[in-house]
Amino acid sequence: MNPRRKKRLTIVGSVLAGIAVVSGLVLYALSQNIDLFYTPAEITQGKKDSGIKPQIGQRIRIGGLVVPNTVKRDPDNLKVSFSLSDMKMPIVFDESDLMVSVHYEGILPDLFREAQGIVANGTLTRSSSGELYVEASEVLAKHDENYMPTELAEAAGKNYKKLDYSDKQLNNGY
Amino acid sequence: MWKWLHPYANPEVSYHFAGKILPWLSALAALFLSIGLIWALAFAPADYQQGDSFRIFYIHVPAASLSMGIYLGMAIAAFTSLVWQFKLADASAAAMAPVGATFTAIALITGAAWGKPMWGTWWIWDARLTSELILLFLYLGVIALHNAFEDKNLAGKAAGILTLVGVINLPIIKYSVEWWNTLHQGSTVSKLGKPSMSVDMLWPFVFCFLGFIFLVSVFICIRFRSEILARNSIRPWVRTLVSEHIAQEKTNAV
Repeated sequence: MNPRRKKRLTIVGSVLAGIAVVSGLVLYALSQNIDLFYTPAEITQGKKDSGIKPQIGQRIRIGGLVVPNTVKRDPDNLKVSFSLSDMKMPIVFDESDLMVSVHYEGILPDLFREAQGIVANGTLTRSSSGELYVEASEVLAKHDENYMPTELAEAAGKNYKKLDYSDKQLNNGY
Repeated sequence: MWKWLHPYANPEVSYHFAGKILPWLSALAALFLSIGLIWALAFAPADYQQGDSFRIFYIHVPAASLSMGIYLGMAIAAFTSLVWQFKLADASAAAMAPVGATFTAIALITGAAWGKPMWGTWWIWDARLTSELILLFLYLGVIALHNAFEDKNLAGKAAGILTLVGVINLPIIKYSVEWWNTLHQGSTVSKLGKPSMSVDMLWPFVFCFLGFIFLVSVFICIRFRSEILARNSIRPWVRTLVSEHIAQEKTNAV
């Protein structure tokens, strides 16, 4: 390679390396803020590295798995409450898991069900009994990266049915 | 070692080479896309949770990976153009930018259409979606810079610098779902070892993906040829080519 090209190569190379280092540091500094949501453990105990905890009354997003047998739906209207626990693999639920409950009024997304990942947007509130819960204004379903045909899913014991809404629930809601 | 490449630095040789491979690429694109899309949209089994909505995967995922792949190609071209001052590399980068921008837009639009029924929202500012949107803006910036200067060499240099600065966005898009909490799911097919998809859903994807790669190559080849012609319009070989073409048209008309 002739000297002029070599010089240009070093200039371009070092500029690129500089940009990589700078953006790496910026992203590292911002890494706590780029997260879309808090997990239930982070709400109760603070973020792992920084210990930052959301304040009562703060608008936050919470993300976690819907704990089985915690979904309570009001038969007369669209009010629903459920508990979330941290996402982990493999999916097993345990009494000792840290949970935060979510209260919501409205129609849940199609993929909502027990053991499904959910992201809810709302206000962190403390109930009169001192428990933390999230008063959600929006509930989003987080889909996982697994795709499976129906027959295979049935063979693996994964049955999935959409939630049904009665006319009464729908009419009282709106 | 690189001696075999040297003849292609000549625009005329590259122009004719791109013209020669074009019909082959078009045939492969038509073959793979017709098999892949029919298989994917009509015969692949529906997903147990998402039903038929998951089929948008067969367009969304190839479009999204190609949006990043084309950018990488553009960055390599920009790099060779800056270091070796190789003019054809600028022409190829200019040829790739609008194709990449289109595929980025396709990935964003199909993703939004899937997100509404599945997640419950068209758009969310999570790390994956935001970084892909930034990729679209980078493409638009590169296209604008290529057209902002009369002098094509200067334009290529400015666009090349923007392309290389933006390359840092590629690992961010790719690993955003692993580094941060996002609503977007992790990757299904690019995992080493075992993809998270059953085999009868994966094969149509392989065909679609190859088909889209060939389709992109066809678009880039066509645009590359016209970029070469536009940049060399005063050269004698282009003039002969044009006059031959006009003579051909005349005999056809008669």
